[in-house]
Amino acid sequence: MQCQQCDKPAVFHITELETGEVRELHLCEDHARVYLNQSEAAQEGEEKPAGSGLSGSLAVGQTADELALLDKKACPMCGITFFEFRNQGRLGCPHDYVHVEKELEPLIANIHGGTQHTGRRPERPAAAEGESLAEGTDDLTRVIGLRRSMQEAIACEDYERAREDRDAIRGIEERWLAGPHNEIGTAKADNEIGPAKADNEIGPAKADKATDET
Amino acid sequence: MKLDTLAEDVGEWLRGTGPESDIVMSSRVRLARNVAHYPFVSRMSEQDRGDVERFLRERITASPAGSQLEYIDVGRLEEVDRQFLVERQLISREHAEAQGARAVAIDGREQVSLMINEEDHLRIQCMHSGLDLRGAWEQIKAVDDQIGRVVPYAFHPRWGYLTACPTNVGTGIRVSVMLHLPALVITRQIDKVFRSLHKISLAVRGLYGEGSQAMGDFYQISNQTTLGKTEEELIEQVGDVVPVLIDYERRAREFLVRETQQNVHDQVSRAYGILRTAQTITAEETMQLLSRVRMGVLLGLIGDVKIADINSLLVRTQPAHLQKIRGVELDTKDRNIERARYLRRHFEGGTPQN
Repeated sequence: MQCQQCDKPAVFHITELETGEVRELHLCEDHARVYLNQSEAAQEGEEKPAGSGLSGSLAVGQTADELALLDKKACPMCGITFFEFRNQGRLGCPHDYVHVEKELEPLIANIHGGTQHTGRRPERPAAAEGESLAEGTDDLTRVIGLRRSMQEAIACEDYERAREDRDAIRGIEERWLAGPHNEIGTAKADNEIGPAKADNEIGPAKADKATDET
Repeated sequence: MKLDTLAEDVGEWLRGTGPESDIVMSSRVRLARNVAHYPFVSRMSEQDRGDVERFLRERITASPAGSQLEYIDVGRLEEVDRQFLVERQLISREHAEAQGARAVAIDGREQVSLMINEEDHLRIQCMHSGLDLRGAWEQIKAVDDQIGRVVPYAFHPRWGYLTACPTNVGTGIRVSVMLHLPALVITRQIDKVFRSLHKISLAVRGLYGEGSQAMGDFYQISNQTTLGKTEEELIEQVGDVVPVLIDYERRAREFLVRETQQNVHDQVSRAYGILRTAQTITAEETMQLLSRVRMGVLLGLIGDVKIADINSLLVRTQPAHLQKIRGVELDTKDRNIERARYLRRHFEGGTPQN
């Protein structure tokens, strides 16, 4: 592909997202540098809406094909695609920081300067004894994906998978959310699909509700 | 909580006390937190939204920090009441205007406020009067610790506290001070000051945060980065620049008095005159004039007004407050008349009556 402003090959592919409008730029190294400096100067002194300045730096250095592929990359937990994130400037769930870590890294470095948290750490919730926070909370975040999977299973009447998902959710939530607030943390799972009533409750009646949400 | 009783008073942050309160109106620290087991707010289904609201409400109100707070269902409030909370800086405009399950919990002194289902699941803020970032930080840290013991905050060893927007990730902290800088505005030095603040990664905003216009010479200075430095370092980054700004503003005030005494005296006296006699007045003009009178009082050019009263008027002459105090809904035109009436009564002496 050729640079849009001269005859040199385009090596920078930039997607600008401004007020919902998508603008694609294909530039050679020199023109890209000029363009990026301009947009940086234009942004100085004015409020940067979160998410704007992001899109430019995300796309730099990737070919159009790589970008298109990346845009389709969806989080296994919350389902957000990279395109949706670029569009809204908001991530879908905590797991995105793991799932697209490599792509986020230059963006975060650009915003903050640093790429390693050095501040406070949460005290481990009393319930999560045995879970090490050194590993973060990604284990608990898995329930977002399991919940989605369970709803899909219910929608296509695969009740066995729904039950497996439910049990998996319950297992994780018990590890993380039980303890002094046990009755609160696991209340949802217990009430909605307790083991004794599982056959009655996971059924077509529930499916309506699940499809409404998706 | 009876919001109407709040209208009779102003929150802690406008008390006009605390260090450097002639220039620093308030110090604020906020933390962005999310629970690990739900999608971020913009990705939540209605069901998720309700679940997270309930989960946080139950856990927070059961914690020592939360049991002292008044919990308000923002979704069920009338528009005027939501606006009222915005004017008191207890919730953001976005939170007021959003849809779906959301809430705020506030303490009686209006120092601590917890927003639930704003951009992040939980936004904790703490506001102190004057320059007191340290005090606000100690207080918010205790609240965060207590909630963190019962709520599994989304956390990553490398990225820190995980937030919906990568601009808040890491510490999730926003440290800000609200400054009254009329002399820097009058002497046209304010833009130069802001340009140099941008260079050291500090943001400047208007009175009501992101995207709001600076009204009445009030400006918020805050950190822009949240990852790679500790909370203390980020507090220092903002805290270090404040004495410099205070010094600039003081010098500009001295300059005005020394070089243009008559002119300044005339300006603040006219502002005072309008506030005492106008028959109809907008919120913007009121803010602008109160700002000038505030400076006049601090320069000793106006004798019979207290700073705390001016601070209080800044909030109580705003649209929702006027309507709460008056007890009826008013359209813009009637509000302007009511505002002028309220100001005249206030400056006539004695406490303004309904």
